[in-house]
Amino acid sequence: MKLSGWGRFPQVETEVHAPRDEAALRALVTGDRPVIARGNGRSYGDSAVGAGLTLDMRHFNHMLEFDAETGRLVAEAGVLLGDVIDAFLPRGWFPLVTPGTKLITLGGAIAADVHGKNHHVEGSFGACVDWVEIMGPDGEVRRATRKDEDDLFWWTIGGMGLTGVMLRAAIRLRPVETAWIRQTIHPAPDLATAMDLFEAHGHDTYSVAWIDCMGQGRHLGRSLVMLGEHATRAELDPKKAANPLDAGHKGKLSVPLDFPGFALNRWTVRAFNELYYRMGAWNAGMSLVDWDSYFYPLDSVLKWNRIYGRRGFAQFQCVIPLASARDGLTELLQAIADAGAGSFLAVLKRFGPQDSAFSFPMEGYTLALDFPMKAHTLDLLERLDAIAVAHGGRFYLAKDSRMRAETLRQADDRVSEFQEMRKTLGLKAHFASAQSERLSL
Amino acid sequence: MTHLPVLILGARSDMGQAIAHAFAAQGHPIQLAARNAASLDAVRADLALRHGVEVTLNDFDVLDSDGFAPFLDGLPALPQVAVSVVGYMGDQAENEQELDKASLVLRSNFEGPAGILALLANRFEARGSGTLVGVSSVAGDRGRATNYVYGSAKAGFTAFLSGLRNRLAKKGVHVVTVLPGFVNTAMTEGMDLPEKLTAEPQEVGAAVLKAVQKGRNVIYVRGIWWLVMAIIRNIPEPVFKKLKI
Repeated sequence: MKLSGWGRFPQVETEVHAPRDEAALRALVTGDRPVIARGNGRSYGDSAVGAGLTLDMRHFNHMLEFDAETGRLVAEAGVLLGDVIDAFLPRGWFPLVTPGTKLITLGGAIAADVHGKNHHVEGSFGACVDWVEIMGPDGEVRRATRKDEDDLFWWTIGGMGLTGVMLRAAIRLRPVETAWIRQTIHPAPDLATAMDLFEAHGHDTYSVAWIDCMGQGRHLGRSLVMLGEHATRAELDPKKAANPLDAGHKGKLSVPLDFPGFALNRWTVRAFNELYYRMGAWNAGMSLVDWDSYFYPLDSVLKWNRIYGRRGFAQFQCVIPLASARDGLTELLQAIADAGAGSFLAVLKRFGPQDSAFSFPMEGYTLALDFPMKAHTLDLLERLDAIAVAHGGRFYLAKDSRMRAETLRQADDRVSEFQEMRKTLGLKAHFASAQSERLSL
Repeated sequence: MTHLPVLILGARSDMGQAIAHAFAAQGHPIQLAARNAASLDAVRADLALRHGVEVTLNDFDVLDSDGFAPFLDGLPALPQVAVSVVGYMGDQAENEQELDKASLVLRSNFEGPAGILALLANRFEARGSGTLVGVSSVAGDRGRATNYVYGSAKAGFTAFLSGLRNRLAKKGVHVVTVLPGFVNTAMTEGMDLPEKLTAEPQEVGAAVLKAVQKGRNVIYVRGIWWLVMAIIRNIPEPVFKKLKI
């Protein structure tokens, strides 16, 4: 069947299997066709689409142990982050690191080593992983732990599922007093102001900026910088404090059909962005926001990927190291604004330092945005690639659907080591995605 | 009945587990019953962790009728709700040719489930309360060439549940018949099923919970199945016998 990631581009022919137990999984892993594990299909491109077989791991969705003293959860790799929140937020625990959607599996979170609004403080998802159990090419299951000498562990964090199939992991949750976030919004009329705000708020727990990619000239990089802290019980009004770990349940909207291609164009997006910025500036200051709206605003719109129409969309996300961030971002934003191609989902974030074998984040600034798939989209993305590479930047593979192998190699000097590791451990013939083939990993 | 235990017979099935989750989410302790129950430990841990309820594993073989009474005696408590999700489809072509195979289907879908529910019914009747849930099948509504062995076993089970409901109506014991239609489970994996007619196991879980809470008698999980089966039941036999459905 044809399968794609969340961006619905590219559509790749693959054979999907949904094993129910380890024996069935082992038969698939040790077979003669390469496999890749797939969780909830939220990576944007082709990282979870098998070059041979795609293993839908969602039957492996059991939570196994929880230590209420330390907040450590042992669970199977197909458990959704949202299920973890549903089960443990009422008991006062929340994921230490979460990306902008809760509809991802633990295995996917580890494979992509996802990051959240607190990267500058806590690091990426790998920071909360104590160990992970991985089925290797021989069908044996090994527990890899975060000891320095355990290479399998460090290659698996951010290894895009190319080191084997994850079965179980132990992750640490953080204690929280309430289900609410104290959010502060700072309007920033241009990029320099936005970056100054990030630098000034390096100790805030959460920080992220929505950035208007249509801004030109003195508006280039115009942003709303949003800071957040877990609210304490004392900060809630009596009504909320009566049930501090329950923020109530919201209804879900769904996009019922594909939007026609013309629905999103530079004028509608510009109008939206103008309005959004003004609303944000108007609402600047502090407010209490429930966890779901704060961390996962798009999860309440099911199938939002359909607003980009049937041809799908591509995400672009790079990180530019601190030293060249201002120049790099200015050039990227200028190129996007010139093309008039920005979308309303553009995000800027300051990353903290990070040591990792193959994960995406490094200290600097990351920019992420969507582009509907149109005639010139791929050309623009290649221009953006070149700008990022020229400024020492690198790319987030969970978002990638079209990069060239050459670009990745230029951007990331860890690639050759990763390829070497795959060869030495005999992984290359057994674990491969459409992406790993395209990028020669 | 908030904290009274719920017994799931056939706990290895996707539907059984989905029903267990639906009741556990309401705070009910769960008794999982299946062959080689120890192998369901991940399911037990998951139910207990997600919902904070007591979950036990209980060995049960629907083909071993001598073991039924000891099995019930060995449960941590007599359940308030007992759900039978036990079922086995087999292969129709084999069922037509080999008596052993057909007999296994009849015993797995009718004789066994009816037997264990009969014992539970008597104990519930003596207690004067409880709900029995039998997951039967729309295949039992009319025999068709493609699966009439399985269908006839389910027809028997449906009639049994109906009679049991009639007998116990004034004894404080309620009986629910569930006719799920197509469900996306291990049993139907690889079959090409129409999307609109195919329920997810979670829908079955929610439907069974609601039926028990509201004291429903016979439920289809997706409403459209009522219409589909009404039509199928009403096709005149001279026409029906020539159809390929």
